Amino acid sequence: MLPLVLAGTAVLLASGLAGLRRAAPDAARRIVYGSSLGLCAALALAGLAALGAPPTVLRLPLFVPWVGAWFRLDPLAGFFLFVVNLGGAGASLYGLGYGRHEPTPERVLAFYPAFLAAMNLVLLAADAFGFLFAWELMSVTSWALVVAHHHEPGNRRAGFLYLLMATLSGLALLLAFGLLAGPAGDYGFAAMRAARPAGGAAALALLLALAGTGAKAGLMPLHAWLPEAHPAAPSHVSALMSGVMTKVAVYAFIRIVFDLLGGPPWWAAVVVLALGGATAVLGVLQALLQRDLKRLLAYSTVENIGIVFIGLGLAMAFRADGDPIGAALALTAALFHVFNHAVFKSLLFYGAGAVQAATGSRDMDALGGLIHRMRLTSFAVLVGCGAISALPPLNGFVSEWLTFQAILLHPDLPQWGFKVMLPADGALLALAAALAAACFVKAYGITFLGRPRSQAAATAMEVDGFSRATMAGFAALCLLGGIFPGVMIDALAPVAHALLGTRLPAQLALPWVTVVPVAAARSSYNGLLIFLFIATATSLTVLAIHRFASHAVRRSPAWDCGFPDPSPATQYTADSFAQPIRRVFAASLFRAREVVTMPPPGDTGPATIEKTFCDPFWDWGYAPVAGWIDRAATTLNVLQFLTIRRYLSFVFLALVTLLLAVALWG
Amino acid sequence: MILSLLVQGVQMSLVLLAAPLLTGAVRKVKARWQRRRGASVLQPYRDLRRLLGKDVVLAENASWLFRTAPYLIFAFTWVAASLVPTFAAGLIFSWTGDLIAIIALLGAARFMLTLAGMDIGTAFGGIGASREAMIAALAEPAMLMIIIALALMAGSSQLSTIAEFMASSAAGPRVSAALALVAFVIVALAENARIPVDNPATHLELTMVHEAMVLEYSGRHLAMIELAAALKLLLMVSAIACIFGPIGLVVAGPAGAAAAAPGVAAIGAYTIGAAAYAGKLAVAAVLLGTFESAIAKMRVFRVPNLLGGALMLGLLATLLLFVSRGL
Repeated sequence: MLPLVLAGTAVLLASGLAGLRRAAPDAARRIVYGSSLGLCAALALAGLAALGAPPTVLRLPLFVPWVGAWFRLDPLAGFFLFVVNLGGAGASLYGLGYGRHEPTPERVLAFYPAFLAAMNLVLLAADAFGFLFAWELMSVTSWALVVAHHHEPGNRRAGFLYLLMATLSGLALLLAFGLLAGPAGDYGFAAMRAARPAGGAAALALLLALAGTGAKAGLMPLHAWLPEAHPAAPSHVSALMSGVMTKVAVYAFIRIVFDLLGGPPWWAAVVVLALGGATAVLGVLQALLQRDLKRLLAYSTVENIGIVFIGLGLAMAFRADGDPIGAALALTAALFHVFNHAVFKSLLFYGAGAVQAATGSRDMDALGGLIHRMRLTSFAVLVGCGAISALPPLNGFVSEWLTFQAILLHPDLPQWGFKVMLPADGALLALAAALAAACFVKAYGITFLGRPRSQAAATAMEVDGFSRATMAGFAALCLLGGIFPGVMIDALAPVAHALLGTRLPAQLALPWVTVVPVAAARSSYNGLLIFLFIATATSLTVLAIHRFASHAVRRSPAWDCGFPDPSPATQYTADSFAQPIRRVFAASLFRAREVVTMPPPGDTGPATIEKTFCDPFWDWGYAPVAGWIDRAATTLNVLQFLTIRRYLSFVFLALVTLLLAVALWG
Repeated sequence: MILSLLVQGVQMSLVLLAAPLLTGAVRKVKARWQRRRGASVLQPYRDLRRLLGKDVVLAENASWLFRTAPYLIFAFTWVAASLVPTFAAGLIFSWTGDLIAIIALLGAARFMLTLAGMDIGTAFGGIGASREAMIAALAEPAMLMIIIALALMAGSSQLSTIAEFMASSAAGPRVSAALALVAFVIVALAENARIPVDNPATHLELTMVHEAMVLEYSGRHLAMIELAAALKLLLMVSAIACIFGPIGLVVAGPAGAAAAAPGVAAIGAYTIGAAAYAGKLAVAAVLLGTFESAIAKMRVFRVPNLLGGALMLGLLATLLLFVSRGL
């Protein structure tokens, strides 16, 4: 199967060429998205098939002659192949309709399939060279898609920042692989697995891998590029970047830490747990403060990556303390959340794209009332908002529930780091979940409910059939994942078995498809029954009331305590909805301030309110670093204008220094 | 099996029937403290019947979400309330969801309610929804910390198992349980929009949270929301009663009780359980009514201090348990 998968990826890579036909953009769009849809669907099925199959390895005579290019398809790669290509197939189907709104289609079509192919290659590569090549290809193609609309203000800056962070990420991974390969320098993953580094080298490799993959996934403090770059791309590409590309980074982390490095030391788990918890809460708080719909979604991606890393940190902790079953539970929770986030974040970005296509705006304060005119979009986005807010019976709840079960599993770990970190992460996870619900009530309520705040929102039209079909399909996936979680947990069992040597008990054999991760007396959850109970209770109540009580409806103007105001400006806006939470949480964290200026009595001028908040990561992290680099570059600029004599003496000095170092080393 | 299903059915209808009574009893206690005779404890039933018979007056721009939300809110709350042990633990469907799922179901109900508050596009709906979101953002994590503390004590997040553990001699007096109780009461007050967080009887719109969100509702829709609110109060009281005062609770579960003492004895145990439950509801009504009469409502931006306190108590209880299981 592996050769077929590789062939499919190669065809995907090549099909971008069709997008270069500027003469017939409609035909090019259909060819590119149609072929991507077919190939992604096939690759997703191949990924599913690989979940239950033994690993297959293939060597192609590419790249470095004496290493060759190694490819491997094992359950872990298979699962991520499924997630990536599910998102890819969804984005392609959506793109068939949404791509019509593209002003410069050739800038998107040429890179889109290559981006998909590069993500697939990262998952399949089994040597450091091939992995890094695919990783950088993924970065470059997605960068090209980010700057596709380079005339819009801010997009070029976003592209530059993205390129910078991608370089940093690639550099960190390069060094991590260098340490993993050791002095022998065999860059095949099989050799790295055999010769596991120990001590300081292993610790350094782990931290480098965390930085390299975290920068791509959006782990704080390396997340700053993500909310700039993801919204800049066309919406279906934003969905791919947020829903799928961040998952490729999670894959890379799991591959390096769980597979290549073997058992990392326990303190590494504390670091991952701390970063994951902080990322989850700070990410969702930032999301709450946004009024651009796509930026809000991008910050929420940061939050969800935090949740995934909490799960991974728990798995590392339990593994270090010798409980493979607990580690399998935590890893399953993290991977389940990977799948869930890929589904609902893609859905929400499709919804944001639909809103943008229908109204031309993604500023929530210019929207409102879309539920009346975009019926299917508004319903599908409602499902997505419920799923991302971890509401039962949808899928987001199950993975967060599993993560909580993992936190509850071991109150008796010996290390003090865990005694503090585990309850703290429980609190942070709970806080993140509650804030996410507030965030998506805001996003949905301001965008889709209420009265239209602009002419464009008042006259919006429902989007095309392809977009609607994609959103309906992904909304159905959110529900199915929530009511049949056992299917996903059982599908993940081979991954846990391959990485940890054990698996969770089979869930599908249990009566009524209940989920019992540890033991029935401990905890159980049955999404199907909850769904059935709610559906039955709702329909019975509606029937009984309409039959026996009253079913009359009278329409009238809104009550609003007797003083309804016709102006839509009297509604709550995105900023006013977030005001209480901004005051409670962000006043100290982000130094959020509001200044109200009232005109003096008698003055008819308007009162103003000014709201400010700052991003501490920029102010204390990125800005000083950028300043140092700038100053260093200015200082070193002198070296550019020296005579040839000076340059030669520099070369001579460098040579002498190096020779001295070698002499002292030996 | 038949008995188990019967007991579950009794439980589901019991919570539905008893909920307005509890609300009526609390109102009666408050009226007595104000030296009024107050309405009969049956008044909430009469209100519901009256509302159900009236036409719905719907704002012109109300969407389908506004019309379906009341039924969904009611269904979410009812399903959650039927998962909480009232007179007997270990009912046949109790494994459908643990305490985390129950809280998440209430969260789902609140999600729909806040959205419904924003649907008409009035300032009152927005103010209610945004303040409710702020309260929930603190109350939900506090509740989850309490659940984590309880689950660590009992070795299970299943409410029935927690109740059985607390009823057994293994529980004993614990610092963490006391902290959890205080936090639980604070969260329950906030979740049910009671004084000092919100005033359920207010007519000053600017001080309202819950009432501002449902301002546009009328007729059967309002009846559903009122019933859901009453159910939620009953749920919280039942949860506190079964965790922190499991006296008289039939803990062995229907199967165990029926096997140990078939027929009359099992029914006797259930009767005692039901009587004890009724007693607990009466005590709760008196305590809540007295507390609400004795204290003033807080300014909305002081609520975070109160709820933050609950969150810290929950975190402290959990930390203690991570340090030593016996605390």
